[in-house]
Amino acid sequence: MNPGLHKNPIPSKESEIVERRRPPVDDSDRRLLAAIQHGLPFVSRPYAGIAAQLQLSEAEVIERLAHLKDSGVIRRFGVVVRHHELGYAANAMVVWDVPDEQVKALGHCIAGFDFITLCYRRPRRLPQWRYNLYCMIHGQSRDEVLAHLDWMVNQCGLQGLPYEALFSRRRFKQRGAVYSAGSDGR
Amino acid sequence: MDAVDRDIINNLQGGFPVCERPYAEVAARLGLSEDELIARLETLLTQGTLTRFGPMYHAERLGGALTLAAMKIPPAEFDRVAEIVNGFPEVAHNYARDHVLNMWFVLATETPERIGEAIAAIEKATGFPVYNMPKLEEFFVGLRFNV
Repeated sequence: MNPGLHKNPIPSKESEIVERRRPPVDDSDRRLLAAIQHGLPFVSRPYAGIAAQLQLSEAEVIERLAHLKDSGVIRRFGVVVRHHELGYAANAMVVWDVPDEQVKALGHCIAGFDFITLCYRRPRRLPQWRYNLYCMIHGQSRDEVLAHLDWMVNQCGLQGLPYEALFSRRRFKQRGAVYSAGSDGR
Repeated sequence: MDAVDRDIINNLQGGFPVCERPYAEVAARLGLSEDELIARLETLLTQGTLTRFGPMYHAERLGGALTLAAMKIPPAEFDRVAEIVNGFPEVAHNYARDHVLNMWFVLATETPERIGEAIAAIEKATGFPVYNMPKLEEFFVGLRFNV
């Protein structure tokens, strides 16, 4: 695939969802989220099994999950790969010092490349830390990450903006956040 | 991992259907039988090619909180401090990175208030300041790896 392929030249529907206000999540939603957090059962009708466990109907589980996906409470539903073991051995957190009024446009531009996995605006911590726009670039090698970075700088017009690429040296800990909803919600 | 496995992974990173027979729907799209898709997914998980198969939640919308934090640790003390930091259950990921700020970790807590408490506790336990870099704005990305 062309690494320069740009997916969202304008703010996408998904990013609007991200910024929308938090919708109500009720008690049954919380029990459902807790029940599936470690994965779906490998059976032909996985939602029926979960429904039985929660004393809901299969249709209700499907309807609730669809709503939780649409409203962005479930941000993604699918497989998560062990990227290091699949050959994506290098990653750099690249941080930029971008004028505040340009952050939005540049953030959307950076987020549009396939090799970018995260893109956030975060606060500066002066004097130690001047950077306010972060992205994560993954690649099969350090050189590939740097080539992606070059490409991105050219495509988004980032020339001349102060930045640093912080390559990871060691990973000490990696686990997903654990969601521990009881039947009584929060 | 063969071509079919790659096809499955590339297809399912984008999403999994929510319908009565989701495996059958995906299998049809990939030209597989439902049983074969399920068997291959189980193998990919057992082998560790996939870390998980299921939902990723939006912590803030569930009342929880996430933040990125950084510390500046003298190299001679790095391992000792890393052990203390990693001992906190709120620390989800921790990476050593090439910078004066050389330790970067993600904190995940069940309430926003717990972020500040956890940071104070880490500062107290390690004796070093923690720079909190919370997300101010998120730009949408697809988050997928082509394999």
